[in-house]
Amino acid sequence: MSFLDSYIYYIGAFGLILVGLYIILVKHNLIKVIVGLGILDTGVNLFLISVGYITKGTAPIFSKSGIDSKHMVDPVPQALVLTAIVIGVAVLALALSLAIRLYQHYRTLNLRKIREQRW
Amino acid sequence: MRRIVAILLLIILAVGISLSLAKIPFGTPKTKVGKYYINEGIEETGAVNIVTSVVVNYRGFDTLGEVTVLFIAAIGLGAVLTTSVKGETRKIQPASLVLYTGCRLLFPLILIFGSYIFIHGHLTPGGGFQGGAIIASGFLLIYLGCRERRINRIASNLAESLGGLTFVVIGLLGLVFGGYFLLNFLPKGIANTLLSAGIIPIIYIAIGFKVGSELASIIDNLIEES
Repeated sequence: MSFLDSYIYYIGAFGLILVGLYIILVKHNLIKVIVGLGILDTGVNLFLISVGYITKGTAPIFSKSGIDSKHMVDPVPQALVLTAIVIGVAVLALALSLAIRLYQHYRTLNLRKIREQRW
Repeated sequence: MRRIVAILLLIILAVGISLSLAKIPFGTPKTKVGKYYINEGIEETGAVNIVTSVVVNYRGFDTLGEVTVLFIAAIGLGAVLTTSVKGETRKIQPASLVLYTGCRLLFPLILIFGSYIFIHGHLTPGGGFQGGAIIASGFLLIYLGCRERRINRIASNLAESLGGLTFVVIGLLGLVFGGYFLLNFLPKGIANTLLSAGIIPIIYIAIGFKVGSELASIIDNLIEES
């Protein structure tokens, strides 16, 4: 039980990463591959945040004077993830726009069929 | 076959990762630099939100790079979508009165909330990226609810360019005044007040405008296409 308690966030984050990788490797529909990319992105963000967590920690904001700084979580992973989320959204939008163009050109989103009718 | 190979690959990956992760304890402080930022952050930057002081001050150059990545993604999306051949234009069905009025009522409130988030980035949870995303969600609401309305492309491009330009110009001013790019050259003020932390609020407002207009133009491009 204590093992699960202490590692549940790592397990969850890497579960999401593995699920995303599986979708990217196996699925043939381009939209599903892009959804897998989004899940993988979420897993990486969750992993970074959980590495920076400190047991019973609070947000690193001194909103009132006299807050104990000993129990604040690590601010560096939070700062990294903050920008990574917005960039993940932009990358997903770029991937979806490429999917739109591929569909207009080949009239299908099946990667196997697109590979067959190349040239 | 493909599925079996993928599962084998993932099992190998999972075993390797779990072996290395078992060495990383959960819930203990790991980095010295994070501790340093928490202890000295207010003294050095004037911002009570340590995450903001890391994003804009300690790692400001890194943030400039990330904003550039976002910019390139938005440009790429526009380039990919606008070169396409326009198909037949679909007839737009007008939204009902309740939806139309509700969207118009909510839109200014969402804009005010987003502005509040990015102006108070150095005091409360939030900042330019989050505020910009909230503002873009307001534009998305307008696109879905009041269907014939469109954003002004020139104004959105202007806001985006001005945001990026402000960031770079403030960085160069730091170079002029103190010899470092993105030096916090303005007075720090009293911590926990709105006018404090020197250049941090200015840069975060610029980032808010830039992210908001970029995400809104991404939404605009994607909706025009569909």
